[in-house]
Amino acid sequence: MPIRRRHLFRVLPMLALAAAPARAREGGLVVICDTTLAPAMRKVGAAFKANSGVPVFVFTTGPPPTLPQLLRDIDVEFALARHGDPCIATATAIAWHLAVMWLLAVSYILFLLLGALSGHFWRDFLPRCPRSIARDFIGALRFRLEHRLGEYNAVQKAACRGVLAAVAVMIVSGIAIWKPVQTYPFERLLAGFQGARLAHFIGMTGIVLFLIVYVAFSLLVARTLDAMVLGRAVAQQDTR
Amino acid sequence: MLARRNVLQSGLSLGALTLLTGCDLSDHDNVQRLLARFSEWNDMVQAFLLGGPRLAPTFPEAMAVKDFRYNAWYGPEKAPHLDPTDYRLMLAGRIDDKRPWTVAELYALPQVSQVTRHVCVEGWSMIGKRSGTPLRTFLEQIGADSTARYVRFECADGYYEGIDMPTALHPQTLMAFRLSDEILPAEYGDPFKLRIPTKPGFKNPKFVIAIYITNHQPRGYWTDRGYNWFSGF
Repeated sequence: MPIRRRHLFRVLPMLALAAAPARAREGGLVVICDTTLAPAMRKVGAAFKANSGVPVFVFTTGPPPTLPQLLRDIDVEFALARHGDPCIATATAIAWHLAVMWLLAVSYILFLLLGALSGHFWRDFLPRCPRSIARDFIGALRFRLEHRLGEYNAVQKAACRGVLAAVAVMIVSGIAIWKPVQTYPFERLLAGFQGARLAHFIGMTGIVLFLIVYVAFSLLVARTLDAMVLGRAVAQQDTR
Repeated sequence: MLARRNVLQSGLSLGALTLLTGCDLSDHDNVQRLLARFSEWNDMVQAFLLGGPRLAPTFPEAMAVKDFRYNAWYGPEKAPHLDPTDYRLMLAGRIDDKRPWTVAELYALPQVSQVTRHVCVEGWSMIGKRSGTPLRTFLEQIGADSTARYVRFECADGYYEGIDMPTALHPQTLMAFRLSDEILPAEYGDPFKLRIPTKPGFKNPKFVIAIYITNHQPRGYWTDRGYNWFSGF
């Protein structure tokens, strides 16, 4: 198959994402943008580095979508139509769903096992009092939160326990929806089939919100990306 | 301490990520093959782990929706209208008595009613009352080989679908002649729709005009378009 321009656009962002942790190790920020924005981003990055000493790495990707294109992509009907028959788009979506669910379930079980056996959970996730959660939450909102690598503050602990519970809800409600005849008790546990669907939706919304907030905060302290990917802090330094 | 400036800067990176809208992995052949492989794996898991003769939940008749939803890839005005006097159900494959069946003969078969939930892969579900003959009764009547592995259905609207023999012999799998106690409206599959409460809607073919008993896994209209073949509940 000949390599076409559009194929490169698919590969480049992935390469950029793969390179991101390595760049972050050097304490820099990674910016992924389209080719036309890149010169401007590099200028901003240079100014940022001069100011803060933190380098900015700019990766480029395909041509920028125009505003009408962006707006059309928000339109679900149009996005489906772009894939041809909406019923076939649904089939592809379900096929993805029923494939990556194994990834979620297997990694979740492994994570629980390793976390429980290694002591990670008992050490890092056990609750502190609600007052400390409130205090750290307000601190986080005001950007006045101490961050020590490898150490979880009260909000993080609560968030981690919350997201672990959310994945459990996802798995139970997912099984209830996938096999409603074989696992009818699961469905009754969730107040019926529509209840299971609602629980599945709310659980996923929670996970996505957790990811957005978590990734946003980890980008603020680029070094944490390393620890998150590798599972250990590389060098204990003052991380701003 | 975190600087507000950094938030803005990182916000830019996150914003830039949203520009990657052109990525469409699903079009790639290898990705399609991988998804198909997972679908087969899911078939195996379903068959070995969950494939018991469990009954689908039934509901009180009061919960049955009277104005049941019409669903097909074409509008109701394009649905075939089969003349009940001309209609013949053709039989083929591993069957002793392959004589075609008329509507009157089908209606004369013993009938049962069930209030079950129809679940559609599109994301909606609806409880309805269906009446008809268990497919098992019919298959016994015509002397179908129950050791064969599959049953295949051909439909007047060009639809085709197939199920495994255990599902065909499941006590709740009906040749449904009635919906909400009324003879099926033409666009709902008159003279009969196969009703399988242990499978999603697309595994419930309507306007059935031929039944094959076979050992070859039949294709299905929607499974040819990417849905999981077994799709058991």
